[in-house]
Amino acid sequence: MASITEFNPSTPKKDLLIMAVFTAVVLTAPIWLAPIGASYPDLLQRFAIFGIFAIGFNILFGLTGYLSFGHAAFLGIGSYSAVWMFKLFSMNALLAMAFGIFVAALFALVIGFICLRRSGIYFAILTLAFAQMAYNMAYSVLTPITNGETALTLDVADPRIIDRAILGDAKEALPSPSLFGLELTGFTSFYFCAVMLILAFWVSLKIFRSPFGLKLLAMKSNQNRMQYTGYNTKPYLLVAFVISGMYAGLAGSLMAVTDPLAGAERMQWTASGEVVLMTILGGAGTLFGPLFGAAIIKYFENIFSALNKTQLTEVFGFLPDGMAEALASVSLLFVGEGWHLTLGIMFMLVVIFLPGGLMEGIYRLTARVKRKRESGGAVSGGAVQPSE
Amino acid sequence: MGIFDGKTTRRRVLKGGAALAGGALVAPTVFSRGAWAQNFRNDPGDSGSVTFGFNVPQTGPYAEEGADELRAYQLAVKHLNGEGDGGMLNTMKPLALKGNGVLGKKVEYVTGDTQTKSDAARASARRMIERDGVVMVTGGSSSGVAVAVQSLCQEMGIIYMNGLTHANDTTGKDRRRYGFRHFFNAHMSAAALGPVLKQEMGTDRRSYMLVADYNWGWSVEESMTKVTEDMGWETVQSVRTPLGAGDFSQYLTPVLDSGADVLFLIHYGKDMVDSLTQAVQFGMRDRQANGKNFEIVVPLYSELMAQGAGKAVSGIYGSSNWLWSLNNEGSQAFAKSFGQEYGFPPSQAAHTCYVQALLYANAVESVGTFYPVEVIKFLEGFEFDGMGNGPTLYRAEDHQCFKPVLVVKGAENPQTQFDLLELVQEVPTEQITYPHDLYPGDLGPYEV
Amino acid sequence: MDALLLQLLNGLDKGGAYALIALGLTLVFGTLGVVNFAHGALFMLGAFVAVAVNRLLSFSVQVRDESITFFEAYKQQPYLEIWFGDLGLAVIAWSVPISILVAIPVMLLIGLAMERGLIQFFYKRSHAEQILVTFGLAIVIGEIVKVLFGANPIPVQAPPAVAGPAPLGAWLGLSENLVYPWWRLIYLFTSLLIIAAVFAFLQFTTYGMVVRAGMADRETVGLLGINIQRRFTVVFGIAAIVAGVAGAMYVPILPPDYNLGMNFLVLSFVVVVVGGMGSLPGAVAAGFLLGVIQSFASMGAVKDILPGIDQIIIYLVAVAVLLARPRGLMGRKGVMET
Repeated sequence: MASITEFNPSTPKKDLLIMAVFTAVVLTAPIWLAPIGASYPDLLQRFAIFGIFAIGFNILFGLTGYLSFGHAAFLGIGSYSAVWMFKLFSMNALLAMAFGIFVAALFALVIGFICLRRSGIYFAILTLAFAQMAYNMAYSVLTPITNGETALTLDVADPRIIDRAILGDAKEALPSPSLFGLELTGFTSFYFCAVMLILAFWVSLKIFRSPFGLKLLAMKSNQNRMQYTGYNTKPYLLVAFVISGMYAGLAGSLMAVTDPLAGAERMQWTASGEVVLMTILGGAGTLFGPLFGAAIIKYFENIFSALNKTQLTEVFGFLPDGMAEALASVSLLFVGEGWHLTLGIMFMLVVIFLPGGLMEGIYRLTARVKRKRESGGAVSGGAVQPSE
Repeated sequence: MGIFDGKTTRRRVLKGGAALAGGALVAPTVFSRGAWAQNFRNDPGDSGSVTFGFNVPQTGPYAEEGADELRAYQLAVKHLNGEGDGGMLNTMKPLALKGNGVLGKKVEYVTGDTQTKSDAARASARRMIERDGVVMVTGGSSSGVAVAVQSLCQEMGIIYMNGLTHANDTTGKDRRRYGFRHFFNAHMSAAALGPVLKQEMGTDRRSYMLVADYNWGWSVEESMTKVTEDMGWETVQSVRTPLGAGDFSQYLTPVLDSGADVLFLIHYGKDMVDSLTQAVQFGMRDRQANGKNFEIVVPLYSELMAQGAGKAVSGIYGSSNWLWSLNNEGSQAFAKSFGQEYGFPPSQAAHTCYVQALLYANAVESVGTFYPVEVIKFLEGFEFDGMGNGPTLYRAEDHQCFKPVLVVKGAENPQTQFDLLELVQEVPTEQITYPHDLYPGDLGPYEV
Repeated sequence: MDALLLQLLNGLDKGGAYALIALGLTLVFGTLGVVNFAHGALFMLGAFVAVAVNRLLSFSVQVRDESITFFEAYKQQPYLEIWFGDLGLAVIAWSVPISILVAIPVMLLIGLAMERGLIQFFYKRSHAEQILVTFGLAIVIGEIVKVLFGANPIPVQAPPAVAGPAPLGAWLGLSENLVYPWWRLIYLFTSLLIIAAVFAFLQFTTYGMVVRAGMADRETVGLLGINIQRRFTVVFGIAAIVAGVAGAMYVPILPPDYNLGMNFLVLSFVVVVVGGMGSLPGAVAAGFLLGVIQSFASMGAVKDILPGIDQIIIYLVAVAVLLARPRGLMGRKGVMET
């Protein structure tokens, strides 16, 4: 399994380079994603937001090996908190995010404290149970707070105490979340998310490199040994859990910032499962893997699902009529209403051929290229091991 | 490349009052608004085509309903572009459409998967608006999605024509200026069912309600309780059941011993299929209670889902927005062209979606512009006929259509595989009309 | 009193379904060490075996209905009815019990194919990767079923003789209102039978003894020169049969759709973990326990005090059990704890 150790040892200089390249790639995303039809604000925001969610999840799962199956709860809690902040106090995005992260952290502290008393699958089911309870309650009994099925949304008549105090009773239209007057809509909103993603990634990099990260990793390989050497492992685990919950809270409140709505489905087990899949698909324990996983799943969900027969027939338009029709019909099994099938097949192929996720594939590729260069092109097929 | 034609930019332009796009194509009705009214999101401008967004569930429990909606939309696009037999374009009155697209532009469409989740539905709608440049979004098969997408479209300044959504909230508390609903709602279901139930079951009945535990369920429960209690029925108990419970036995057994003689299953879709199937297994359709025949009522029928319940639906009362077997010109025209295209009759979900697409296109054609404010003003208070439901009004105050409601029951002796429901009574519009402020809400501004 | 008795029956009935699914899942955990997210899909496949058998038996001659002119509506008459008259109709009516018999070999084959074709390569892989690959498989199986059968639930009735309620009250000399569907009684009885059969197989046959030994200490058994691998393959087949039969029998109660497996997935894991990893009696006990508690929590009297309790009770119990007993009801130390 590809693991964090590949990045260690690393030098600050190398990290700086990583950060510089990463920043450049993220900020230019609207340009280089255009050819594959992904360059519109909503999807770009989703890439960034779920990237943050997955990076945070990876801090817990990738470093400690504790598989939380209820992380979506913190995402949902972050969203609800942020929307309530918008409604009651102010449309300022920073306030909403701070509140979202804070509340998510609070819940993560309590839930983490309880769940971390168990490990392995018992831990996974405990987290799942809490998240499902949150989801079921939010959908029905807690409707006064969550607005249930129809989701919590803004209203022109909301109090917005701070905004009204500063700006007075404003317009009749619904306000958008803003950053000190700068309205966060469209691409502005994406760049805001992009900055958050870069910050989140930087923090994660720092954690991976820190002694704290190293201790978490040691617990992953053998917690007992850690305990014998005199470490009380629980506090470290709890801190990792809370940090990762805060990432989820950040992602959740960013969802509310880009689109001021909070629905209960965000907390359903399928949403928790999705972040698990994203992380494993990309490569758990790697720095970039979860980001890749998140982007791929969201791309499938938003682009593949939108292809329909007319578009496909156009794509195959260069072929004779009957053949184009037939090809379009066959492809339709995999896109449009069949996009789940493609997703399922991809999960299987990746994990069968690339143990360790997509990052593993990238390592193999780079290793192969390196070898090729060194040995003048003579590579024995497929026998390349990742540089462990 | 148009990366930066987001909302902010547009607003700035509007505020500046600048930017008169070349070749101002101002229709007479827009004249009074001033020429800058042309600057609206996704203006098709001089392009030869215009894009609609069809946002339907393609995965999850309502995938079949979504597929039927999509079929109807594709048929509507054909008819708008002058292909096929024209369907309801032959029967709609008044009609501005000419069968040459909309305002001479060929209609194209994009599709998306709502997954019956508000998040996914909004993401899909935003893709259509931000990337694909649609002038109108339509679809959906649940009220949660309807309300979520409707409010998004209000923020984005794009018209949303609701598909299947039955909760009062859609045109009540959560009504929006840019959202329109042709489908009927919980209040109308109850108002229509009341007199028929009274006639069939008398005034001395004790009812038991199983209610899906979310907004839609509660709104039907509220409306149904009021109507039945007003005619002298007693509500023994009302129990809320979790969404997607699967096995409802633990909610059904208490009914047996409760002294009730009518059971209301306020469930939709898969929940309805499950609870109804199981209620019949508990012998509730053939029971006697209080010396009367025990009855089951399903306030909102979905014929696609009724197929899932099979023989269990026979003889069970409910309400419906439309039936393909209705004996009027519009219904027959639609059922015919749908049947010829796909080989089976359309569902009520398909019907409402088809009608919504035509209504929007007709409004645009009538006012001569895609400028949403003018289109909205045209639709508000629009009266039309020949769309399968008889004379219909789009009420201006809440954007709800008012038309007769059908009380139906499961066919006792189905002749073919398509004879699932039979018409009991067509309840006239006056009986189901209610004041627009009964469920107060705020439509919001025309200009966003 | 009657109400309590009925709720107990409801609970046991639910519990029967939970226990059957959990039993197979535990067998696979315990023997192969594989977290199988496609186990729900096996349950769903079993249900669709019943649907397919019904479709096959009621294969019909199509007579065009001339009264409908604008699309082709058919009146259908099954070939079995044409050939054998009432006997043919009776066979169709009994399609669910027949499909249970069909499900056994079909599910065994599916199980063996799954283990040999995919699962066997994942024994030594991390649990995370097992989750990803089996989850992917579950999606693929679901989508294939959707393409073949559509997305709508499909109704298949129980045989008419047992489709209605049994007069339980009259038997016991209690209220006449006390009725319970025959099919649910049969379901409960059959699930107990299957559970007993699986335990008997593991407990009293040599084959089963070796499997149990393998569950406890795979390496030692392997060192004894026994081909434990082949036995584990067979165990996977048995797990598939148990899940499939549970699914086929469930069809009259719950018209199946392609999502059925996913709906049961989470629940089945909760049941298994509450029972304790690697413990078969634990899985069965937890199945019945959760079924019964869920039923009682749904009673009006309970819900009046704690609104919405029925929505979360399963998870609440799971949390309580796992906090009180670190390894569930009867879990063994060290299984799936890392």
